[in-house]
Amino acid sequence: MDKSAIKYAFNKTLPVLFGYLFLGSACGLLLYKAGYNFIWVFFISVFVYAGSGQMLLASLLTAQAPFATVAVLTLLLNSRHMFYGLSFIERFKKAGKMYPYMIFSLTDETYSMLCSTTLSKTVDDGKIIKAIALLDHCYWIAGCVAGALLGQILSFDFAGVDFAMTALFVVIFVEQWKSFKSHIPVYAGVICSLLSILIFGADNFILPSLILTVGTLTALRSFIERDDPKREVVKACQ
Amino acid sequence: MSITTYSIIAIAVAALCTFATRLVPFVLFGGKKEVPQIVNYLGKVLPSSIIAILIIYCVRSVDFTSGYHGCAEISAILLTAVLHLWKGNTLISIGGGTVFYMFLIQYIFV
Repeated sequence: MDKSAIKYAFNKTLPVLFGYLFLGSACGLLLYKAGYNFIWVFFISVFVYAGSGQMLLASLLTAQAPFATVAVLTLLLNSRHMFYGLSFIERFKKAGKMYPYMIFSLTDETYSMLCSTTLSKTVDDGKIIKAIALLDHCYWIAGCVAGALLGQILSFDFAGVDFAMTALFVVIFVEQWKSFKSHIPVYAGVICSLLSILIFGADNFILPSLILTVGTLTALRSFIERDDPKREVVKACQ
Repeated sequence: MSITTYSIIAIAVAALCTFATRLVPFVLFGGKKEVPQIVNYLGKVLPSSIIAILIIYCVRSVDFTSGYHGCAEISAILLTAVLHLWKGNTLISIGGGTVFYMFLIQYIFV
């Protein structure tokens, strides 16, 4: 790996370093509380590698949820990632053999880093994107393992630390609320899930509410696009 | 099934599903095919609905009709949102909201 690319990427990814050490620690702590020590946490953060996904996994593991539930909820939570890749179909080809790894490691933070990294004149873009993806992954693993170790060492009452997952969703919620004019998608999600809870109960409401929401949003398309004509998902990341 | 076997399979399922979501656009549109309008549209609007659904998922087992009526959850969610609107710093918002929640359930709404 190229030294100048690593250096360039390290400077770029400093905000992710702090973010991941913090969020990773919270995640590692949650997994530790769920009964998984730092060795488990290491492998989970290497192979799952998803912030909100791992927090959700901690609560699913605690509840010993059925595998189908694990699959549906993980797919649902990460479904936003399906749209990240659209911006990088061409650019990732520069990563050569690491192409599959680039897809695997496309988290929210790596996505925004790659979006904000314009082509450098001195260092090869393929090397830079590989270095960014790898560094981010390392930060994440370090944060998660540190959190699990902290949980093991500190004799502190961590009851309620699982609220970190809710807080993370609230933060994402606020950011989406601010960036879009039309709030119909939010209302649709809330109303459809409350309806689904009434009909299907609190344990099985996710899938029906998603289906209802997709139906509602498809039906209201012209209405929503009139409010938010500029809403763009594929940013200029090429 | 032992808890270890269960955990390994559950983790593998989560890992595969996470990778699958990231892989979808490369498989579907890697060959330079046009992204259908409806996919593009849902990609824009669905994330906000999904996050709203997930917040409800997080508080699904809170009893709003008796006990403390979800006071700890509601106030910690509000604090997180206000902190984020005010400072716009993810660490402050999540850290502040979580510490406040831990304080509430350990000392106030015991």
